Amino acid sequence: MKQPRPMEDAARARDILLRRAVLAAVLCFLLLGAVVARVAWLQVTAHERFVNLAEQNRTRIEPIPPARGLIHDRNGVVLADNAPSFQVELVPEQVPDMEATLAHLARVLVLDEADLSRFRKALKSGKSFDSIPLKLNLDEEEIARLAFERPRLPGVEVQARLTRVYPHVERVSHVVGYVGRINEREMQVIDAEAYRGSSHIGKTGLERFYEDRLHGKVGYRKLEVDAHGRTLRVLEEVPATSGEDVHLTLDLRLQAVAEAALGDFLGAIVAIDPRNGEVLAFVSKPGFDPNLFVNGIRTGDYKALIENPDRPLFNRALAAAYPPGSTVKPVMGLAGLEYGLITPEYRMFAGPHYQLPGQDHKYRDWKKGGHGWVDLDHAIAQSCDVFFYDLAHRMGIDRMHAFFSEFGLGRPTGIDLPGEVSGLMPSREWKRAARNQIWYPGETLIAGIGQGYMLATPLQLAQMTATLARRGEAVRPHLSRDAVMDPLAPIKLRREAYWDVVLGGMDHVINSDYGTARALKGGPYRMAGKSGTAQVFTVKQSESYDEKRLSRKLHDHAVFVGFAPVEQPRIVVAAFVEHGQHGSSTAGPIVRRVMDGWLLGDFELKAAEVNDKAETD
Amino acid sequence: MSMLREGWNRAMQPYREGDGALFHWLRLDPWLLFALLLLLGAGAVTVYSASHQSMAQLTSLAARIGLGLTLMLVMARIPPRIYLLWSPWLFGAGLALLVAVELFGHVGKGAQRWLDLGFIRFQPSEMMKLAVPMMAAWYLSQRTLPPRPLDVLVTLALVLAPMGLIMLQPDLGTALLVGAAGIFILLLAGLSWRYIAGGLLALAAIIPVMWSFVLHDYQKQRVMTLLDPEADPLGAGYHIIQSKIAIGSGGVFGKGWLNSTQSGLDFLPEGHTDFIFAVYAEEFGLIGVALLLALYLFIILRGLVIAVQAPTVYGRLLAGSLSLSFFVYVFVNTGMVTGLLPVVGVPLPLVSYGGTAMVTLMAGFGMLMSIHSHRPFLAAR
Repeated sequence: MKQPRPMEDAARARDILLRRAVLAAVLCFLLLGAVVARVAWLQVTAHERFVNLAEQNRTRIEPIPPARGLIHDRNGVVLADNAPSFQVELVPEQVPDMEATLAHLARVLVLDEADLSRFRKALKSGKSFDSIPLKLNLDEEEIARLAFERPRLPGVEVQARLTRVYPHVERVSHVVGYVGRINEREMQVIDAEAYRGSSHIGKTGLERFYEDRLHGKVGYRKLEVDAHGRTLRVLEEVPATSGEDVHLTLDLRLQAVAEAALGDFLGAIVAIDPRNGEVLAFVSKPGFDPNLFVNGIRTGDYKALIENPDRPLFNRALAAAYPPGSTVKPVMGLAGLEYGLITPEYRMFAGPHYQLPGQDHKYRDWKKGGHGWVDLDHAIAQSCDVFFYDLAHRMGIDRMHAFFSEFGLGRPTGIDLPGEVSGLMPSREWKRAARNQIWYPGETLIAGIGQGYMLATPLQLAQMTATLARRGEAVRPHLSRDAVMDPLAPIKLRREAYWDVVLGGMDHVINSDYGTARALKGGPYRMAGKSGTAQVFTVKQSESYDEKRLSRKLHDHAVFVGFAPVEQPRIVVAAFVEHGQHGSSTAGPIVRRVMDGWLLGDFELKAAEVNDKAETD
Repeated sequence: MSMLREGWNRAMQPYREGDGALFHWLRLDPWLLFALLLLLGAGAVTVYSASHQSMAQLTSLAARIGLGLTLMLVMARIPPRIYLLWSPWLFGAGLALLVAVELFGHVGKGAQRWLDLGFIRFQPSEMMKLAVPMMAAWYLSQRTLPPRPLDVLVTLALVLAPMGLIMLQPDLGTALLVGAAGIFILLLAGLSWRYIAGGLLALAAIIPVMWSFVLHDYQKQRVMTLLDPEADPLGAGYHIIQSKIAIGSGGVFGKGWLNSTQSGLDFLPEGHTDFIFAVYAEEFGLIGVALLLALYLFIILRGLVIAVQAPTVYGRLLAGSLSLSFFVYVFVNTGMVTGLLPVVGVPLPLVSYGGTAMVTLMAGFGMLMSIHSHRPFLAAR
């Protein structure tokens, strides 16, 4: 109705703000006054009552850490145990002179810098009435000396705790793994409530994979304490629930047999039951002493492990991806039959090398003179390279990729252990993404004999062989008896008879007079298998392979996969022998030895060794 | 008496004269600065005791105080017209970040508040404590005052949108502070008493609805606990019971510094964060409490004086809102710890150990100082 008058409005707004600000100030004063009045009521009127309540307020809740579950092998032998150990702890509040006490203790015990710095760190952040561990795992001499000095050291206590012990040292180190002190990064991830009072957590192996099961549930103790926080008596106790034990399918006796069978060689052996995927032996050599890690590994020990050229901390059975070599030939043959590229009766003439049309490069056969006329059975049994070069060339990498993927190559098996790698089943897409290159036809050829880009872990080879042995009934390998594994879809072929051809070829590798591993023929059960060689370096076109001139480090890796008995397979073994040179003569007998152990119960010699180990360690 | 006054005048001379004066050059308000430093000192002393004399906590607190003071210095030097210019952008960015938190925020302690930027974890709701009053003041400063109904509605929408997003996280304490900061702008702008009465009535009507549809179970439980803490002495009521015991057992003179048994023996959880007032009251008694609250009142009043003296509408509204928000902090926290109000996660400003909130508060005080120290020469007289 009226024209706005800016000046007047501004003045009015300013006026309103002033009045409201004053009002707000009064309100603030009144409300804060109310708080003061409330505090006055609590601190003056009800003071006596609250002083009494504060006096009675003398309960404290203390966590009781649970005992960690044990790990047993298939026969109940303990692989990861809890043993009482003694540690020295200090209650800061009761120590009159911390520096003098530490100096005194340093004369009584062997204290290193790591112990001291960890203690000082805990001292800064902890509460003065909580005891702080100074040194774990005291030996008997130290306990005795401490007992003698105790009266002169107020606030110093010797506590018995449970510590993790691995009685079989390196034999199962890559399976069981180890626990260690919870570090800061883990601290962020774990549920702090569930780990109150716990100092250790699974770091690798089964200890890590089954951490939730093994750890258990923390308990509580309600304590009555005096005004300084010292415990007077226990009011209430909710005991901790121990962690569950984990029972393995692995047989420690077979593990020892397999480890001994490798002899001086490094490598990996995986033995599984093809009917259900139970892992029977799982060796990665060399192993290491997991006990070193439990209470903090010493720098020197760690350096020695890390700098060892044999890489003892590296789990070859599932983290090392090697070229699978000729062990892939049975699956190649099966793919050829399934895609209709060959028939069981198909024969070809295999010369000493193979050439792609219009190319000079000669793809050599391992046999200098060539194999002559071969069918699929002979091609597998004699491991004829030229036959599979030709088959691979006609099949193409796309179909190879599809077929091998069904047998688990290029993807993790899903075993119940951490750190598994997926290997590599190359494809055009992979090469474009990883190398930004197109796929060359020659690469298909060498993939056909398991060389080139193709990489598989010993565990994957065991799974692949188990799938063959069971005619497509694929299983997932697992270590825990109670592991719940996702089922795998069985592989269905156009004709059931194709399996017979390929498995027959694997049978003839050993049980014929033309197989590469015919030296293994005989014995109370019939075994089938396939040898392989993984090239460490490539022989140039002009040179020939002179093994005498090469040092052992340059020798090829030997591979052998096998299953037995042929009629009703109960065990599959995959052995990868680093620089073992010949699949059939080095890796073959190792596989045979493991099968003898399992199928004939021949643990004899080695069983004695197992006991020795357990006692001496 | 006259000597005292003369001394004071001389001490204040450099500031009043303006030229060459350190405070003026720094654009700081010595009254406010002195009170804030006292408060931060009291906070450090109490945190040290409440965290079981942890040097580590004290060091990290010192680092945060350093960061807060630096930010205050920087904010004080930025003239208010820049804040005015930046208000809508800051608000828009904050709103977008809140949506981002809702979509891919980091979940911590059951609430989704953090945005992980890889190198730093950032809490956008904290930024909104400043951006919301800035935006509301920006909007209303361009309208005729007192605000007309349409302007009131727009302002309400500007406040309620971020507030709702923060409630979704859920972070009731921060939502409350952000909402209050926005509403104060409206009240200071001269919202008519009829609307205020209507708003209060609507609020009263909304409470039952909030109870059944909006509040999370843990928030309902806090309210129930307030009404009857003894009903659940080991669970939700534990904090309040222990906190009252701490305060009550302190008496008029307190147990003395480092002598808090309640916190020392761990009966009082979060003794160095949200419940630090209880430790302070236990150790320094009623006298200490009265002094502390007087200090707070002084800071609030100084803020209101700055608001009244501000030359622009924007500055007046913003300064008033920041000061009154600070009051809400103090009142909600002390009210909660003494058992007058429900347990809402609001720290005792500048005293509690807790990084982000302290940094935001110091930034706010930097803005207050900027508003006061950038007055035109004549208006400053």
